[in-house]
Amino acid sequence: MPTKRLVIALAGNPNSGKTTVFNNLTGTRQKVGNWPGVTVEKKEGHVSRNGYDLTIVDLPGTYSLTPFSIEEVVARNFLLDERPDVVIDIIDASNLERSLYLATQIRELDCKVLFALNMADVAGSRGMKIDAAKLSELLNVPVVFTVGNRREGMDNLLQQAIELAESATPAARTRRVKYSHDIEEAIGRLKQFMEMKAGRLPYDTRWMAIKLLEDDKIVKERLIAAAPEAGSHILQTAQRLHTHLAQRFDEDPQIVMTDERYGFIAGIIREVQSATIQQRVDISRNIDLVLTHRLFGFPIFIFFIWAMFQLTFTLGEYPVQWIGAGVDGLSGAVGAALPEGILRSLLVDGVVAGVGSVIKFLPNILILFFCIALFEDTGYMARSAFLMDRIMHLIGLHGKSFIPMLMGFGCNVPAIMAARTLESEKDRILTILITPFMSCSAKLPVYVVLAGAFFGARAGTVIFGIYLLGVVLSILTGRIFRSTLLKGADAPFVMELPPYRMPMAKSLLIHMWDRSKLFLLKMGQVILVGSIVIWGLSNFPRDVAPSRDYAAETGRITATADSQMATADGSERRRIEEQTEQAVRDLRREQKTEQTRHSYIGRIGRFIAPVFAPLGIDWQGGVALISGFVAKEIVVSTLGVLHAAGESDEEGALGQALIAAGMTPLSALSMMVFVLLYLPCLATTAVIRRETSTRWMLFSIGYSTAVAWGMAFVVYQIGRLLGFS
Amino acid sequence: MLLSELKEGQSATVVRIGGESLLRRRILEMGILKGVEVRVEKYAPLKDPMELVVKGYHVSLRVEEAARILVENVR
Repeated sequence: MPTKRLVIALAGNPNSGKTTVFNNLTGTRQKVGNWPGVTVEKKEGHVSRNGYDLTIVDLPGTYSLTPFSIEEVVARNFLLDERPDVVIDIIDASNLERSLYLATQIRELDCKVLFALNMADVAGSRGMKIDAAKLSELLNVPVVFTVGNRREGMDNLLQQAIELAESATPAARTRRVKYSHDIEEAIGRLKQFMEMKAGRLPYDTRWMAIKLLEDDKIVKERLIAAAPEAGSHILQTAQRLHTHLAQRFDEDPQIVMTDERYGFIAGIIREVQSATIQQRVDISRNIDLVLTHRLFGFPIFIFFIWAMFQLTFTLGEYPVQWIGAGVDGLSGAVGAALPEGILRSLLVDGVVAGVGSVIKFLPNILILFFCIALFEDTGYMARSAFLMDRIMHLIGLHGKSFIPMLMGFGCNVPAIMAARTLESEKDRILTILITPFMSCSAKLPVYVVLAGAFFGARAGTVIFGIYLLGVVLSILTGRIFRSTLLKGADAPFVMELPPYRMPMAKSLLIHMWDRSKLFLLKMGQVILVGSIVIWGLSNFPRDVAPSRDYAAETGRITATADSQMATADGSERRRIEEQTEQAVRDLRREQKTEQTRHSYIGRIGRFIAPVFAPLGIDWQGGVALISGFVAKEIVVSTLGVLHAAGESDEEGALGQALIAAGMTPLSALSMMVFVLLYLPCLATTAVIRRETSTRWMLFSIGYSTAVAWGMAFVVYQIGRLLGFS
Repeated sequence: MLLSELKEGQSATVVRIGGESLLRRRILEMGILKGVEVRVEKYAPLKDPMELVVKGYHVSLRVEEAARILVENVR
């Protein structure tokens, strides 16, 4: 029997248990991606049932289908353009009235709808009884009872969906919202006019008439696209009717219609629901008495955040080390298996080192996403936004931006991915743009070396000042961008505080793994290419004739040592051995320095030295900063190589070498400011691109580097004017 | 009276919702309509935003947003 394909879309309010139902239906066979062109998560799963191949698409959770948020546009466009065979609308039984608001809008869309009355047990326990048969009859929609977190009703749900899809009856056109006389008249006239003028239109004409009266921009555009000539006539008529209604009601027709939809719903509620409750009498309120308490709310919040930070970066440190050891082992094995040469260098220094630098973030990312999934699934995320909104609103951001920004102090990669929890795209982009100014942990070694060498006892204060500068600049950036680049309506903070729920292990794990998998796959590719490029720049050209014959010199040193050894006794021998080793190491370092000078990265460094000169940074500093693009830790090791301070030596040695090379406290400060602010590392850049777009990534790179240069310039030049050196 | 002027624990009936169109629609979509009873559950520790109970579920609103909502019959 050939299998038949059906597409089933899941719609519903946020917190209606939609994701749980989706996880139950599809298990772990999910595909997570983004909806085309936007960064709204798209989840799809496949199930085989009764000889049908079912594709289940999880639409973004929304309260409505107006075209104001990207989630709603995405959900609506899917229903309109992809025409799923059946739409399952998850109705939260304990929030029947609000769930039905979305349901009535889906009903207006002319598609086959099935209601999953979810969590009726919760509603029942709160003294609410719902007459499902009546609801089904009143709206002419099949209703299935489900309890998502106990996996009840899932088979029946799919069964009914298949039956509905296969039934010959078209989507029921009756029992939809009936508006008041004046509005119905306007809808009727517009509908008739449309059918007369344009003939066939891509969507249900009644629905289009309603949307045009609501002044829906996307429907207007689509009308013009479908019928360019007739469309403009229709729009004129729609505009006239809109104005007429606005005058008649002394109110925006959109608002009137929203009101009337709720009126229609209120009528249904009266018939199907036996009791309404005004207060949440459950455990949730009691939890909130503590968690959002006037005095205890913040300390508890800070504790949770601290715990998340500790888990992510302290507990995560152990597996990070194991992975690091694994990567070292691998590069050792590859190194041993291959002959010395370009291929070995490419694999060991380029591929393994580069990809290894990303893989080692995996434990941090897994733990962080587990914590975030825990916050989201329990309902605490909404509370943290509730607590923090006052502060974040000062920067023009939403309360939920706080967590990504804070995570930035650890590592920007998970921090930027944590910005996914923000619903508004503008908030998300703004958060992503300012998060890199939170000084990440990889930058700390750079500060430690520089501040340690040049500021002695005041090193701690200087480093604290650097961190503070990052915070201040992120606030300023937030404020400036909010009023210029990312202007527009501040997303209203109308947010539901859902009841606390016991998280389900399966859902947490799916959540955590999906996001981590995305990170691994996408990052891996970018990082691979990026590390190979940087490796190539620092290892080519290879044919530059060295100024000295290093091999011969090494030979001479060992030969001299050998001859001395022959005549020396025990303690003398050890001294000679040590001296020889030191001499060979020095020589190798000099060779490496010379190679780096001649490599492309060295040439670039010297070529752009004039750019860094006004900041008091020499060409070695410039090269170190460029190589820091791969990972910020590398700044220190590159400085070490270029200043021939030795890689294995302690930080003190590098500091001494820098002082010897003529670096001053002022130029060290300038360099620290630059490191704090300049372009994010390769992994962060890649994640910015993934979460936003290439354009925003380039903007972020350009903006942060410009700010870095500007601030370092101000620090250095003003410092000089004030007589510091 | 404005919704933002209510104290913790007080209830009132919504009379009118003002403000710009997007905000108004969001508020309406969450079920805060004319004639609906709302209760101020609490204010956040920094006095903004506020938590409301509407029809049995909990919604938070910024105080400036609540200042667009006219209420009567405060209890």
